[in-house]
Amino acid sequence: MTNLAIAAKGLRKSYGDKVVLNGIDLAVPEGTIFSLLGPNGAGKTTAVKILSTLTGADDGQIRVGGHDLAAEPQAVRAAIGVTGQFSAVDGLITGEENMLLMADLHHLSKREGRRVAAELLERFDLTAAAKKPAATYSGGMKRRLDIAMTLVGNPRIIFLDEPTTGLDPRSRHNMWEIVRELVSDGVTVFLTTQYLEEADELADRIAVLNDGRIAAEGTADELKRQIPGGHIRLRFTDPGTYQSAASAMRDITRDDEALSLQIPSDGSQRELRSILDWLDSVGIEADELTVHTPDLDDVFFALTGTGRTDQPKEGVR
Amino acid sequence: MSSFSLALRDSSTMLRRNLLHARRYPSMTLNLLLTPVMLLLLFVYVFGDVMSAGIDGGGPDRAKYIAYIVPGLLLMTTGSTTIGTAVSVSTDMNEGIIARFRTMAIHRPSVLVGHVIGSVLQCVMSVALVGAVAVAIGFRSSGAGVLEWVAAFGLLVLFATALTWIAVGMGLSSPNAEAASNNAMPLILLPLLSSTFVPVHSMPGWFRPVAEYQPFTPAIETLRGLLLGGHIGHNGWLAVVWCVGLAVLGYFWSTAKFNSDAK
Repeated sequence: MTNLAIAAKGLRKSYGDKVVLNGIDLAVPEGTIFSLLGPNGAGKTTAVKILSTLTGADDGQIRVGGHDLAAEPQAVRAAIGVTGQFSAVDGLITGEENMLLMADLHHLSKREGRRVAAELLERFDLTAAAKKPAATYSGGMKRRLDIAMTLVGNPRIIFLDEPTTGLDPRSRHNMWEIVRELVSDGVTVFLTTQYLEEADELADRIAVLNDGRIAAEGTADELKRQIPGGHIRLRFTDPGTYQSAASAMRDITRDDEALSLQIPSDGSQRELRSILDWLDSVGIEADELTVHTPDLDDVFFALTGTGRTDQPKEGVR
Repeated sequence: MSSFSLALRDSSTMLRRNLLHARRYPSMTLNLLLTPVMLLLLFVYVFGDVMSAGIDGGGPDRAKYIAYIVPGLLLMTTGSTTIGTAVSVSTDMNEGIIARFRTMAIHRPSVLVGHVIGSVLQCVMSVALVGAVAVAIGFRSSGAGVLEWVAAFGLLVLFATALTWIAVGMGLSSPNAEAASNNAMPLILLPLLSSTFVPVHSMPGWFRPVAEYQPFTPAIETLRGLLLGGHIGHNGWLAVVWCVGLAVLGYFWSTAKFNSDAK
């Protein structure tokens, strides 16, 4: 078994009566991307706060970077970098000054600090804005500066708490590129997100956190396999045709408002042909036919118990 | 790196950060200077004749009154400067960067130490500015030798350090900048209830003990004695005890607040 960058057993945390984390186990191998996926309020940020030494756990054994978190918090801090949900930059000073501040706090020499700062500013496309106060940066720029600051100390384990929340699509894709680059350098990334697409894109392993418990864990494919969510969807524009089609078929899910029908299917060519043949034989002609293979949305909604309203993925975001 | 040199290095880094803030955004510091300067001008030019006549029972003597109120106003200046400290600490704690500092392997108290040293330096500068205004309108320190000046400077730094640690505690206990500014009000109200403008013995009997033994009065009387050559007496050690006491209290209060879990 490879070394674990993050290992937690029986992690618990309550705030007053509210149980936020109810005994979760985590195992993140070195050099991988692990994604903690969950709806708002599931406890993702609390988990990051505990693993990054910001908040104490009520119970549980945690090792990060090979160090016991309770016994050697400073050793853990030396191994990690954290980019929180709200940008952790000093808005009153310039981007460059933020970088040099980090270099000083990592006790780099002046020359080394300047070199690292310039290099990272360049890498994250911030050189042009380096002399402007960070408060004037756009959301995407702030997030890039934030990550650049996290990288000054060359951390082996990086926590990214919802790194793309509130970013426009282009900035989001930039961020994904950045995360992939990090891992190619051998860094371990612990990422939280509420976007299924993001976890699917990036993560080697995904844990779905719901109500303080891990509802499921595995690779994106493993999770998708757990849920039978594949179907063929027929959409009609004429209510009359819709009604007659609906009454002619069994084992279907109706959506009267959208005038659409869902037929369960594994998405194979054979099954698709037999369905099409049968539709022809009974004389039903739909205005639109789509094949829907299970995605993480299905997994997510099935596991977190929120009823799935069948919308295209973009609509869920 | 030994833990001491780590503490030193991180604290000086944090100090540089705070001085950078103060240099880049001087309006806050300057605004806080307005109160003591306005009070100085108001009391000298508007109330000066009446006040001085009332204090000594003699004729009106504005020049004498300048000498009387300047020591108190200089210490009031530290009080009003530290309100800025409370506000900036509270603002700072709501910034994500503090969470970042907490997850780094740095000397933790350096975040607060940077604020405190920065604030004390600001106090010294503010006092120098108010002092310059006082000299410009006619204040002269009579009978202060080198030793007295050194002692006065030492008292000022000690007093500023004490108020700053208390202000840092107030800032850490306040949810936002507005609350911090309200909570820090005593730092500018207390000097109004001290011997800054009128002697304590001219106040109502029931109030005298309060005015006499609150932190500002002993410090004001000591500074007055040092700069103008009056009698200091028990006020000297009372001022030192107050300063050390407040500094220690503020230090433990602040570090306990800072080390408790992030909200």
